[in-house]
Amino acid sequence: MILPWLILIPFIGGLLCWQGERFGPTLPRWIALLTMSLETILGLWVWSTGTFTYAPAPGADPTWALEFKLQWIQRFGISVHLALDGLSLLMILLTGLLGILSVLCSWKEIQRNVGFFHLNLMWILGGVVGVFLAIDLFMFFFFWEMMLVPMYFLIALWGHSSADGKKTRIYAATKFFIFTQASGLIMLVAILGLVLVHFNQTGVITFGYADLLKTKLSHGTEYILMLGFFIAFAVKLPIVPLHSWLPDAHAQAPTAGSVDLAGILLKTAAYGLLRFALPLFPNASAEFAPIAMVLGLIGIFYGAFLAFAQTDIKRLIAFSSVSHMGFVLIGIYSGSQQALQGVVVQMLAHGLSAAALFILSGQLYERLHTRDMREMGGLWSKIAYLPAISLFFAAASLGLPGTGNFVGEFLILIGSFVSAPWITAIATSGLVFGSVYSLIMIHRAYFGPAKSDAVYKGMDGRELIMVLGLAVLLILLGVYPQPILDTSSATMHGVQQWLGTAFTQLASAR
Amino acid sequence: MDLTIQHFIALAPLLITSITIVVVMLGIAWRRNHSQSFLLTVAGLNLALLSIYPALKVAPLVVTPLLQIDSFACLYMGIILVSTLACVTLAHAYLGEGKAGYPGNREELYLLILMAAAGGLVLVAAQHLASLFIGLELLSVPVYGLVAYAFFNKRSLEGGIKYMVLSAAGSAFLLFGMALLYAESGSLGFSEIGKAIAATGMPSPIASLGLGMMLVGLGFKLSLVPFHLWTPDVYEGAPAPVAAFLATASKVAVFGVLVRLFQISPAATSGVLSDVMSVIAVASILVGNLLALTQNNLKRLLGYSSIAHFGYLMIAMVASKGMAVEAINVYLVTYVLTSLGAFGVVTLMSSPYSGRDADAMFEYRGLFWRRPYLTAVLTVMMLSLAGIPLTTGFIGKFYIIATGVEAHLWWLTGSLVVGSAIGVFYYLRVMVTLYLQDSKIQRHDAPFNWAQRAGGVMLLGITLLAFFLGVYPQPLLTLVGHAGL
Repeated sequence: MILPWLILIPFIGGLLCWQGERFGPTLPRWIALLTMSLETILGLWVWSTGTFTYAPAPGADPTWALEFKLQWIQRFGISVHLALDGLSLLMILLTGLLGILSVLCSWKEIQRNVGFFHLNLMWILGGVVGVFLAIDLFMFFFFWEMMLVPMYFLIALWGHSSADGKKTRIYAATKFFIFTQASGLIMLVAILGLVLVHFNQTGVITFGYADLLKTKLSHGTEYILMLGFFIAFAVKLPIVPLHSWLPDAHAQAPTAGSVDLAGILLKTAAYGLLRFALPLFPNASAEFAPIAMVLGLIGIFYGAFLAFAQTDIKRLIAFSSVSHMGFVLIGIYSGSQQALQGVVVQMLAHGLSAAALFILSGQLYERLHTRDMREMGGLWSKIAYLPAISLFFAAASLGLPGTGNFVGEFLILIGSFVSAPWITAIATSGLVFGSVYSLIMIHRAYFGPAKSDAVYKGMDGRELIMVLGLAVLLILLGVYPQPILDTSSATMHGVQQWLGTAFTQLASAR
Repeated sequence: MDLTIQHFIALAPLLITSITIVVVMLGIAWRRNHSQSFLLTVAGLNLALLSIYPALKVAPLVVTPLLQIDSFACLYMGIILVSTLACVTLAHAYLGEGKAGYPGNREELYLLILMAAAGGLVLVAAQHLASLFIGLELLSVPVYGLVAYAFFNKRSLEGGIKYMVLSAAGSAFLLFGMALLYAESGSLGFSEIGKAIAATGMPSPIASLGLGMMLVGLGFKLSLVPFHLWTPDVYEGAPAPVAAFLATASKVAVFGVLVRLFQISPAATSGVLSDVMSVIAVASILVGNLLALTQNNLKRLLGYSSIAHFGYLMIAMVASKGMAVEAINVYLVTYVLTSLGAFGVVTLMSSPYSGRDADAMFEYRGLFWRRPYLTAVLTVMMLSLAGIPLTTGFIGKFYIIATGVEAHLWWLTGSLVVGSAIGVFYYLRVMVTLYLQDSKIQRHDAPFNWAQRAGGVMLLGITLLAFFLGVYPQPLLTLVGHAGL
C-alpha cells in the first residue's frame, strides 16, 4: 500500500496548499514543505527496508521490490499497476529532495497566488512520481501527459519574460507543451500498436509491462514501435534536434520550475528509455544504438558550444543540460553494466548540480534583477558566499573528481569504451568544452570589472542550507557512490542483459 | 402492422417529448410565464429520459418499417435528451427573470428546442430514408428559429438566415442522393439498400454518387470540411445556449444516423466513398484546427474546434470495423460533456441576456481572479477538448487512436496527432488567458451567485463528471459497451 501513497501524497498536499492560502500566504509553503519531506522520508524508509536485488530481467516475469495492483479499466485490461525497484526508488528520492528544494527556493521569489503555485508544483511532482512507479503502459502515458499541465501553468503564470520582450513566458510554456504533447501522442500510437500486436498473438488485451515483454515482434514492427517510444523520450531528454523547447522553457520558468525541469523531468526520459524502450524492443534498440550514440555525441558538442555562446545565465545552464544528457544517452545505448551504472550516477549528480546552479542563478536574479551575464561581472567580492559556492557547482558540472558528476561521466566513458571506442574517445574530448563553458560562466558573472558599485545582500540561512546541502550530497556521491550503485545494480543488470543479448545476436547475424 | 403496448413503450421517449411540446404550447396559449414553460419542459424531458429505461427492456424492437429502437438508439436518445436538458437549463439562466434579460417572448425557445429534440430522437432510431429525412428536417427547421432567436441582434439574424439557406441546400443534396439510391436499389430501408449494394459487390457509380450526395447533405449538418463554411458565423450569431444545442444534440443525432446507415449497409463504405471519407476526415482535422488558431472569439473558436472533433470521429467512421462504433459512442459522449461545459461557461458569462454574448477572448482575461470556480470549469473543458489525461476528452481520443491503429489507418492517425498538437495551442491560449492579470475593461460577468442556480449546478455536475470519467472511465465504457449496433 505504500506505493499509491507515494503518488497520492503530493496530489493531496497540493490540494491542501491551494485551500491553505485562505489562512495566509505562508501556510501553503509549510504544507508543501511538509508534503515533500514526508515523501522523501517515505522514500528513505523504503530504501532502508527494501531488498533491491529484485528487478526485471529477461527470461522470467519481472520481480520487484514492491508491487501494487488494482483493476482500473477492465475493457482494455488496464490496471493501476505500480512497482518499485532500485532505479525507480533512486529517482523518487531525487524527486522528493528536489521537491523540498523547489519549495524552499520559491519561498521569497513567489509572492503571487502562493496556494495555486504550490498546487501546481506538488502536482508536477506527483505526476513525476507516477511516471517512475507506473508499469502499466497506459498509466505511464497517463502520468507522462498529466504532468505537463501544471508545468505549463508554472511557466506561463509565474515565469519571467525575456528582457527584450521577444520571448514571453507564455510562448515558452506553449512551446514546451506542444513539443511534449505531440511526441507523447506518437508514443501513445506506438503503445497501442504494441498492445494490438500482443492482442493478435494471444487474444488478451492488456497494457501490463510483464505481458507486453513477451510479445514477439517482427523486425520491422519492432523498429517502428521503438522509434515511437524513442521520439517521445528524445524530446524530453532532450536530444538534438528536438531540444529547442528546453532553453526557452528553462530561461522563462521560475526557479522552482527550472529546478524541476532540469532535475527530474529530464530524468523521466532517461528512465523511460531504461525501463520501457530497451527491454520492450531490445533488438531494435541494439540496431539503433549506433545512431543513438551519435545523436548523444552531437548533443554533447552542440550543447557545449551553444552554452558557451549564451549571455543569459539560465540558458547557459539549460544548454549544459543538453550536453550532459548526451553522455547519458551514450551510456544507455552502450550495453555495458558499468556504463549503465554510470548513467544512474550521472542522472543523480546532474539532478543535484543543475538544480543547485539554477537555484544560485535564481538567487542572483533576486539580487540583480537580471540574468544577463553582460550586466554582471566583478561580483566576487560583493555577495557573501554566493560566488564561491557557484564556483564549486560549476566545477562539479565540469566533472571535477570528488563530485558525483565525475563518477558518472567516468563510469559511462570507461564502460562505453569497450563497445564503442571511437564514439567514447570523441565524447571524452567533450569534457574539455564542458570545462570551458562552466568556467566562462563563472568568469563572466563574478570576475572582471564591476559594472556598478552596489553591494548586495549576502546569502541568508535558508539559501545557504539549500546549496550547502546539495554540495554535501554531491561530494558524498563523488567519494562514496557505493550505496547508490548497489541499489541500482540489479535493475541495470537486467537492462544490460536485454541489450547485451541483442548485441550478440546482432553481431552473429552480420 | 399492429402496434402493441410493447411498441408504445419502445417509442415512449419520443411520445413523451411530443406530448411535452403540445403541453408547453397549450401552456403558453393559456398564460405566458417563463418559469412555467421552463418547468414543464424540464419535467417532460426528464420523464422522456426516464422512459428510456423501460424502452431498453423491450429493445431491440422494430416499430413500423421506419424506426428501430435498439440499445444504440437508446444511448443516443439519452445523449440527446441530456444535452437538451442541459441547454434548456442554460437557456433559462440566459433568458433571465423579470425585467432583466431577454426582452422578447421567452417561452417559444423551449418549444422550438423541444421540437428539435424530437427530431433528433426520430433521427437516431431511423432505419429508413423517409424517417431519416423527416427526423432531419424536424431537427433543422426549429433550429433556424433558434439561431435567429435574438433577431434584433444583427449577427443572430444573419446566422439564422445563413443556416437556413445552407441547410436547405444540404437537404436538397440529401434528397437527390436518396433518389439516386432508390433508383439503384428500389428500396428506402437501410438494410435493403445495403443488400442491394452488397449483391453487386462494389457499389455501382450511381449508388456511390447517391451515397456521396447523402454524405454531402449530412456533412453540412456535421460541418465537415468542405461543408463547414456556415459553422463559425452561426455559432457566433446564435445565442449561447442555442449554440450549445447546435454543437451537441443536433450533431450527435446526425452522426448517429450516419453511423447506423453505414453500419447497416457496410458495402456502402467500400470503394471510392471510403477514400472520400478519409479526405474529408483529414481536411476537417487540419482546416478546423488551423482556422481555430487565429480566433479571438470563444464561440467561433469552439465552432472550429468542433469541425476538428468531427474530423477525428470520421477516422473511426472510416475504420468502421472492430472497435469503431464503440469508439464513436465513447467519443461522442465525451465530446458532448465537454462542449456543454464550454458553452455553459459562455452562457453563464452572458447571463442574463444583455445585447451581445460574452464571447470575446478579452472578456475572459483574468477570470480566475473574479470567478475561480467558473474558471476551473472552463479549464477542465479546454483540457478535455485538447485530450489531456485526467479528463474525459483523453479517453475519447485514446479510443479514436486505438481504432485508427487497429485498422492500420496510419495517415489518418498521423493527422490526428498533428491536429491535436495544433489544437493544444489554441486551447492553451484560452486557458492561460483565464489566469492572466485582470483586464480593466469588462462588460460581462457571470452573476455572483451563478453556482447556486440551476444552470450553475448543472455545469458543476458536468465538470465533476468530465473529471470523474477521465479518472475512472469504466462505468462509461460498460454503458457504451452494451450499445453496439
